[in-house]
Amino acid sequence: MKGEPMELKLTVNGKPYELKVKARTLLVELLRNELKLTGTKVGCLDSACGACTVNIDGKAVRSCSILALQANGREVTTIEGVAQSDKLHPIQQAMIDHGAIECGFCTPGMVMSARALLAENPTPTREEVREAIQGNLCADEGYVKYIEAIEMAAERMRGGK
Amino acid sequence: MIADFEYFAPKTVEKALSLVSQYKEEAKIIAGGQSMLIIMKQGLLTPEYLIDIKGIAALDYIKYDEGKGLRIGALTIHRAIEKSPVIQKHFGVLSETERNLATTQTRNWGTIGGNLCHGDPAGDPAPVLIALKAKLKLASLGRERTIEVEEFSKDYLEVALEPDEMLIEIQVPIPPPHTGAAYEKLMVMKGDMGIVGAAVSITLSPGNGVCKDARIALSNCASIPLRAKEAEQVLVGKTINDSLLTKAGEVAAAETNPPVDVHGSAEYRREMVKVFVKRVARIALERAKVG
Repeated sequence: MKGEPMELKLTVNGKPYELKVKARTLLVELLRNELKLTGTKVGCLDSACGACTVNIDGKAVRSCSILALQANGREVTTIEGVAQSDKLHPIQQAMIDHGAIECGFCTPGMVMSARALLAENPTPTREEVREAIQGNLCADEGYVKYIEAIEMAAERMRGGK
Repeated sequence: MIADFEYFAPKTVEKALSLVSQYKEEAKIIAGGQSMLIIMKQGLLTPEYLIDIKGIAALDYIKYDEGKGLRIGALTIHRAIEKSPVIQKHFGVLSETERNLATTQTRNWGTIGGNLCHGDPAGDPAPVLIALKAKLKLASLGRERTIEVEEFSKDYLEVALEPDEMLIEIQVPIPPPHTGAAYEKLMVMKGDMGIVGAAVSITLSPGNGVCKDARIALSNCASIPLRAKEAEQVLVGKTINDSLLTKAGEVAAAETNPPVDVHGSAEYRREMVKVFVKRVARIALERAKVG
């Protein structure tokens, strides 16, 4: 029936959920409004800014441009799921250490794009880092620091430090 | 926001086809939804029934055969085409095109079939596939047909799918020897929709280097991906040089009926068609010489 909530099973940040959602619900709406995971930001809600980037099965995607039901059976990771207890993810730590975060609104999306990149490619070139965050707009134009921080994180994750 | 609809997520082609044959015009098929959800959010598209085919694993494949050519399942994501070693080796232009198609996030979820069925004349894959003489396999319950990509677009956001049909496969033939192809588009920012774009494929006669065949297809220059047939004829049968490429660009520009928007007037787009046809044809020519 039109508008009737439908069953959705998915994993979010390692935790399995069985939910009922309206078919028109976007993944970002599920995450923020139902699961109260508000770390994922809504910038444009129009596939333009990348602030809503999450990882599905390890890949960076825009949660504003995917129906929640399309994540059925999949593994979603949001910014809340990247740290290990109180230890920040190396990408988060590098962004802090390098002073990459300005207003911070685009940061969760940047981290999720970078996380997907480094999982797939632990030794990215600068061009590859740039491409990975090409879809993440920063209104402060703080791209250089982000790129350098992601490179720093990559180095640390490879065991440099 | 998005209006309510009834949602189905068939896991097989047969199930999907039986749903579209049941609901026809009242239903829309969604794959990755990277274009469709935008217009649904804008309220421009309000289907009663949404048939989500993204989960049909059988339509996610890239197959290459030296005789049959390249076959891409309609639900293959852009990122897979971009990264496919076999596509990079044999159809490099497709991989290059994908690199500038939107963003990594979009390419990770959006599908080649969804892109083609959306029918946006600014889309990148269609002109490239037209230049490569690709075909599409369409299916409805108990019936299949193939159609040239060139014949697929009918008007702005309108394609030649019957209400009970869906796109199954993209078929790209092996180009003849000494063929080169390229695609470039004018972007404000990498990954943008092209303000204009040009795809060119050139085949040279072995030995004398005369242009045996040429295909030129343009994005965002008309209400459909536009094949510039007159411009092709400027090149065919000739030994291509710079002034001939300039001429081809001019002829192509005259064939267009470009949209007008904040990114450019019709005059500007025509000027850019001249630039891009020449630039891209030159790349295709160089590739044909070594191909």
